[in-house]
Amino acid sequence: MSHDFDRARPGNGGWIGRSVPRVEDDRLLRGNGRYVDDIALPGAVEAAFLRSPHAHARIESVDVTAALAAPGVVAVWTGDDVADLPAMLNKEELRTPPGLAELLDPVVRMTPMPLLAREKVLYVGQPVAVVLAENRYLAEDALELVEVRYAPLPVLVDPEHALTPDAPLLHEDLADNTAVAVATRVGDPEAAFAGAHAVVSEQFDAHRYVASPIETRAISAQVDPYSGRLTVWSGTQTPHRLRDAIAHTLGLESATVHVIAADVGGGFGQKGILYVEELLVPHAARRLGRPVLWREDRNENLTASSHAREQIHRIELAADAEGRLIAVRDRITVNFGAYNMTGLVVPYNSLCHLLGPYRVPNVHIDVVGVLTNTTFATPYRGAGRPETVFAMERAMDRLAAELGIEPEELRARNLVRPDEMPYATGLVDRSGRPQSYDSGDFPELLRRAVAKADVERVRAQQREGARDGKRVGIGFAMYIEATGLGPFETARIDIAPSGRVRLAIGAPSQGQGHRTSMAQIAADAIGVPLDAIDVVGGDTEATPFGVGTIASRALVNAGNATHRAGRLVREKIVEAAARRLGVAADGLDLSDGVVHAKEPGGPSISLTELAGKAPLPGTPEPTDGRHGTEISETVHFRPPGFAVASGAHAAVVEVDENTGEIEILHYVVVHDAGNIVNPMIAEGQVTGGIAQGIGGALYEEMVYGPDGQPRTGTYMDYLVPTSSEIPDLDMDEIFTPSPMNDLGVKGLGEGGAIAPQAVLAGAVEDALRPFDVVVRRGPLSPSRVRALIRTAART
Amino acid sequence: MTPSVPTPLAARTPPLAEPSAWHEIGLTVNGRPVTAQVESRLLLSDFLRDRLGLTGTHVGCEHGVCGACTVLVDDEPVRTCLTLAVQCAGAEIRTVESLAPADAPLTPVQRAFHECHGMQCGFCTPGFVMTATALTEQSERPDEEQVADALSGHLCRCTGYRNIRRAVCQALDERFGE
Amino acid sequence: MKPTSFDYTAPNTVGEAVSLLADEEREAKVVAGGQSLIPMLSMRLARPELLVDITRIPELGRLHVDESGNLRIGAAVRQAHAAADNAVRDGWPLLAAAIGHIGHPQIRNRGTVCGSLAHHDPAAELPTAALALDARFVITGPRGTRTVLAEDFFVATFSTAVDADELLTEVVFPPPPAHHGWAFEELTRRHGDFATVGVAVVLERDTAAGTVRTARVVFCGAGPVPVRLPAAEDALVGSDAGEQARAAAARAVLAGLTPSDDVHATAEYRREGAAHLLVHACTTAWERC
Repeated sequence: MSHDFDRARPGNGGWIGRSVPRVEDDRLLRGNGRYVDDIALPGAVEAAFLRSPHAHARIESVDVTAALAAPGVVAVWTGDDVADLPAMLNKEELRTPPGLAELLDPVVRMTPMPLLAREKVLYVGQPVAVVLAENRYLAEDALELVEVRYAPLPVLVDPEHALTPDAPLLHEDLADNTAVAVATRVGDPEAAFAGAHAVVSEQFDAHRYVASPIETRAISAQVDPYSGRLTVWSGTQTPHRLRDAIAHTLGLESATVHVIAADVGGGFGQKGILYVEELLVPHAARRLGRPVLWREDRNENLTASSHAREQIHRIELAADAEGRLIAVRDRITVNFGAYNMTGLVVPYNSLCHLLGPYRVPNVHIDVVGVLTNTTFATPYRGAGRPETVFAMERAMDRLAAELGIEPEELRARNLVRPDEMPYATGLVDRSGRPQSYDSGDFPELLRRAVAKADVERVRAQQREGARDGKRVGIGFAMYIEATGLGPFETARIDIAPSGRVRLAIGAPSQGQGHRTSMAQIAADAIGVPLDAIDVVGGDTEATPFGVGTIASRALVNAGNATHRAGRLVREKIVEAAARRLGVAADGLDLSDGVVHAKEPGGPSISLTELAGKAPLPGTPEPTDGRHGTEISETVHFRPPGFAVASGAHAAVVEVDENTGEIEILHYVVVHDAGNIVNPMIAEGQVTGGIAQGIGGALYEEMVYGPDGQPRTGTYMDYLVPTSSEIPDLDMDEIFTPSPMNDLGVKGLGEGGAIAPQAVLAGAVEDALRPFDVVVRRGPLSPSRVRALIRTAART
Repeated sequence: MTPSVPTPLAARTPPLAEPSAWHEIGLTVNGRPVTAQVESRLLLSDFLRDRLGLTGTHVGCEHGVCGACTVLVDDEPVRTCLTLAVQCAGAEIRTVESLAPADAPLTPVQRAFHECHGMQCGFCTPGFVMTATALTEQSERPDEEQVADALSGHLCRCTGYRNIRRAVCQALDERFGE
Repeated sequence: MKPTSFDYTAPNTVGEAVSLLADEEREAKVVAGGQSLIPMLSMRLARPELLVDITRIPELGRLHVDESGNLRIGAAVRQAHAAADNAVRDGWPLLAAAIGHIGHPQIRNRGTVCGSLAHHDPAAELPTAALALDARFVITGPRGTRTVLAEDFFVATFSTAVDADELLTEVVFPPPPAHHGWAFEELTRRHGDFATVGVAVVLERDTAAGTVRTARVVFCGAGPVPVRLPAAEDALVGSDAGEQARAAAARAVLAGLTPSDDVHATAEYRREGAAHLLVHACTTAWERC
């Protein structure tokens, strides 16, 4: 069989650059996955959480008497019962990098979240009590018997309303409902606007939608009676941070907590933060002396696991007569929900990705994150970028219409050129350094996307008019993504006495195929066959230090750590072989697991033989050099700056003006993620990201009523697209290796998800040009499309 | 079919209901006869996972939309979260564990998901594989519309579906000829 | 998301089932395929004390055409079975088509025709198909057996003429008129979803005159019950089902249909969509006459 996975790519002739089928698949296909809920813990107690039915209320009393007496109930705890545990803060995410603090002095207000609500509840779904029972059925029976009296308070859902002076306060220790605020300026935007040939001033709203991994969140914990240590299985993307948070909360030494992220059924950012359940379950395991399991149900996941994306952009573009951008202003309001979970991460991503691939000399961006009585919002695949790209690209389309320039041409006129790399935007990046695009060829991305999308054909069809009420339209969107966020990631390589290579990385996998791609990197770096390598990820015992798989960072950070550790291990192997063979190391080479003389006919020794004769650890090296040695290397890779990935998407759609239905006729993506380790996996990541973006663009919305009640709390109402809704994609790529790391790679987990909302909105707006509609928000449900047409027809 | 089901475990957890709501059922799971005491309200998904230890069947939504929990009941794909264990007395059930036991090679459907990269996190995969297996067991090749209809009964959040469609197509080609 | 505790029994006769349902000591609920009921159990929106599984009652598993030419579908007949049945496909193709719109095969393999009717989600396909096909509902209870017409069967959302102590044992579809055409069309958000709005049309042709003799126009997703719209039917009857008549029928929809808003669509969208679907469905149905 043949695949277009295998089209030619830059490579080194080794494993990197090849579409190696995944080593993880066999086990998963046989039903031998080990997701948290698959790990049997005999005698486990199951937890279920009582969640607030109110968006904002004072808790007057909680009575657990009846629940405690219910069959199979082991314990029922309320906020008072866990009041001795510190409230939760996502400390790492809330940290403001020093450079950023110094240059922009952002406001970041802490809102520690009680593990169980005590005085007030701030959103529907907030945990108020936990029942621990012999199984989930009995736990849910008992939940119904917990009696809570609430005194409802005024509810804030709209973030702009929450900023008004008379708005009620969510957190009474704060002066207002602002969670974060930051502003930045470049040049003299006021003067630029005053002298502009054309100005576009619009409001675009990114709507709220959610990650919705098919495996919901889950955590289990048990105290090992033998060692006394606490072992925790969690579907987390950041096991080391979880370990430290559990240790902090429970007053333990970090080293006595062992967190394992085994198989994880998708994360997409939602599993990249801390949640109170993840602290309460280990607490319960210790307090009860029994293993404890909690598996979130879908209703909990949709309503009470983190949400994302809701932003209001009041954006203005100023351009000269040729359509060159001379200034951008944007006032961004981010709905944070009830707690400030991740501080500047999303708002600042939105800020520093707004300009995207465009050259803009004068800038003023103002971002505020606002607390409301909705579920907290945190990074979700793209993390502030899909929102900001939606606003910018929509504004570019409006500017194109205003100037009478074709949208792709307007974009082309404003792109940063490859010869300007590294390009300084004048902004400050998320790490607090001057923002710099390290590499890329944006004009080539656009050129290819335009060619593939066949704009001329679409324009010709449009001139023919609607057919059967169906109108075609085309949209474009471009983005950049600063990938490979630090501060570091760990790789540790050990050569076992059998000669097998064990690679442990800090970053767990939620489907990215690290066991394959990281092994490819290690195989090339060391010079061993791929199947000689075992990869462990997301186990805090295997790598005591680590960060995790978030922010399109695993390949850049863990990949380069692996590469460096592999090179060091290779040197050690060759040196050991040289001693064993009694030759000079520089006369030896290592390939395919065998150290051999560079000259033909010279001596050789296999890694298996070499390692098998290693002395026991701690044994002094024999002086005669005839034995091997224990070989191990640990590397913490610290990226010097962001590796900037980029992409251009184009979509051709057909809109049925009678039914409002949208069909995607052609979806083009051209992306640049530098060097590619496994093209098949890379393509899968991009495709999956686009599917989520299409979901957000056309189907998915987490809707709240004005009373703060979520209205899309099941999969009947929250519409994740099926195979029938997601078309095949037309994909192409360019390779501008990143100079920020040895492998020249860039992250690509999030990229696909960044542009679809913008590109589809543009395409629909283009199709409906005769009606002169402006698409200001999604998702573009048929009902919303019809409303656009109807409103246009009436005016 | 090679038996691959362990003898029913003692309930992982104590009873879910008073004894009056217990029923003894006999059924066939992955080719092996199973007799078990089940509570009325025990979902088939929980029966397979918690009582029989067949954790390859995953639970994603518990209200019949995501399809992760799909198994074959009397050769037809069925959602185990929308089925009570007690309803399955006399039924013949096949889970993903039945397809390629232990060291046996993967079935053409499983192999196709591997070769076409029709899976990422793997959580939804067993459900897709069981539905695809049923498609390959039909007497005639299902047409494109039937395949699309069957696949739309499953949610995948990782792959964007293209490679799943390819995988199913490959498996059908192998079974029925291209 | 786990059900509350209940007991379960699977009687072998309708009599037994009915006496269980009539037992006032325990609140009982009928289960057949369970595809609508079990999610409600898991969400604890339904909390019966006893489930009466009727799939072990042999006579309810029967699908046949009786001597008068009526299609009779027993309460335990699965949707997939009915849709694949040759008698259904040939004689009542609208019913087969409507079933094809229900969810996915994984659902239709378990779900029953009568279960969907008795559950009565007004956005569902089968209630609308049943009203369009003038179905009769055979209901057995402690007071005996009665037959209810489709227009009387659907009372309100999730509510039908079947009382708590009764069992819908069979749905009966009379033979369709000799020269008739049909269409079932719907708008959905995703493949397999409940209809945002949908329409079933049955047109009977006066072959001599070349005009519409009778018309039945029924909408789903348009109200608390399947909505039959006589004004739209009147606009078609006597006409040649041509552009003017279809337009008049569509105007009747815009004037007469009163759907509501939800998270998926506004009432206005549903009304417009229904009118648009009707025009198309009439064309299709007439071509099939």
